Amino acid sequence: MIEVMFFGQLTDSTGVSSVMVEEVANTDMLIDMMKMRYPSLASSKYMVAVNNTMVTENTIITPGSKVAFMPPFSGG
Amino acid sequence: MEQTNDLNRYQRQLILKGFGMEGQQKLRQAKVLVIGAGGLGCPIMQYLVAAGIGHIGLADNDTVSLSNLHRQILFGSDDIHAYKVDVVKRKMFSLNSDVNVRTWNERWTQEHCMQHFPNYDVIIDATDNFASRYLINDACVLLGKPLVFGAVSQFDGQVAVFNQLQEDGSRSVNYRDLFPVPPANGELLNCSEGGVLGVLPGTIGAMQATEVIKLITGLGKTLSNRLWNYNALSQDVFIMQLVSNPISHQNIPSSEEEFLSTDYEFLCSIPRIGIKEIDVLQWKENFLDHLFVDIREPHELPRLNSFCSSLSLEWMELPLSSLETNISCLNGRNVVFVCQAGMRSLMAADMLMKSSPGSRVFSLKGGVHMLAEKKLI
Repeated sequence: MIEVMFFGQLTDSTGVSSVMVEEVANTDMLIDMMKMRYPSLASSKYMVAVNNTMVTENTIITPGSKVAFMPPFSGG
Repeated sequence: MEQTNDLNRYQRQLILKGFGMEGQQKLRQAKVLVIGAGGLGCPIMQYLVAAGIGHIGLADNDTVSLSNLHRQILFGSDDIHAYKVDVVKRKMFSLNSDVNVRTWNERWTQEHCMQHFPNYDVIIDATDNFASRYLINDACVLLGKPLVFGAVSQFDGQVAVFNQLQEDGSRSVNYRDLFPVPPANGELLNCSEGGVLGVLPGTIGAMQATEVIKLITGLGKTLSNRLWNYNALSQDVFIMQLVSNPISHQNIPSSEEEFLSTDYEFLCSIPRIGIKEIDVLQWKENFLDHLFVDIREPHELPRLNSFCSSLSLEWMELPLSSLETNISCLNGRNVVFVCQAGMRSLMAADMLMKSSPGSRVFSLKGGVHMLAEKKLI
């Protein structure tokens, strides 16, 4: 299983702060899967981290990994 | 005498391991610039002035309003309508008159960055909007200044140290590595739209002040190449390791000329071609026959049921999060969109314009906040 975590206002789109999903090969496939499940994620801005490290390109996800979706915050 | 006073005033930090007179001297010689005197800027100023930083610049063009007071606790009811920087400067003098505080009650621009950043050792982003955040980030990269970043949203906060000089001579990652392109205004809720727990900017501002003191004294390990995330509801802290993003540098102006000619407000604005904003009076006079669509999420208050019934409006609730999938139900209709502060309604209007180019589409300026201000709800 893979734990997917959502931060900030992304939880308005998902309704949950984390969800467990079956094995997914890589981050591109996981992002597609999450957009299917939570359609308003498609118009959201976020970065992705696998096991606490930010990724900038499609990255392999090994079983047991934690993947974070992090949006920018503007408030002050 | 002065030294005796200093020994007294700073005694609790002077006796810290690794701090001592040397650390205090570094703080005294430091020059830091805080941009934003709101929820983040207030606690940052208090802790940096108390710690004995020698020179602090503070910029903010805003005045104090009643809705600031639940989180900007340096201000009181008597300060409403006063420039924030004037109130902060007065209070900081009383806290520690040894600290030299210079203020600007102007909106911070590219010209301000080019003119004043070179005079400071550390820049602190305590602003409340993406246009300012990208402007400050890009200027720090261009001019080689470390940036202490902090931001809040509802119950969450982020802190990081960007563009810090590293041992190998390179600079740590910057905000563009995380988010190469700014979100449009309204794409994410600001404090006015989405709300913020009053104590949260205090927590995040105090974290930023901590990072500034570490940067100057060399104590500990800063949040360079790391993003610190905090959730007030769970008290969970999540630290993310950051890496440089190959595309970030394509988006940062590479020269002073390019930087000065970049329109940061525009980069963060929503395409508004053909979308008209109408104010509350225009709406009441001429647009009551248009379908009135509240695109706020169900938890956002106040709801408009009784207000809409009292005006016998044709209206509906259609949250922005599900608008895209349901937009066809509005095709061909003439619509006025409303949200909490008038940002997201612009996005909704943009979506309907694309889906139904023949519709007459409007966005209610100022949203529900403005309806309340005009005492209509």
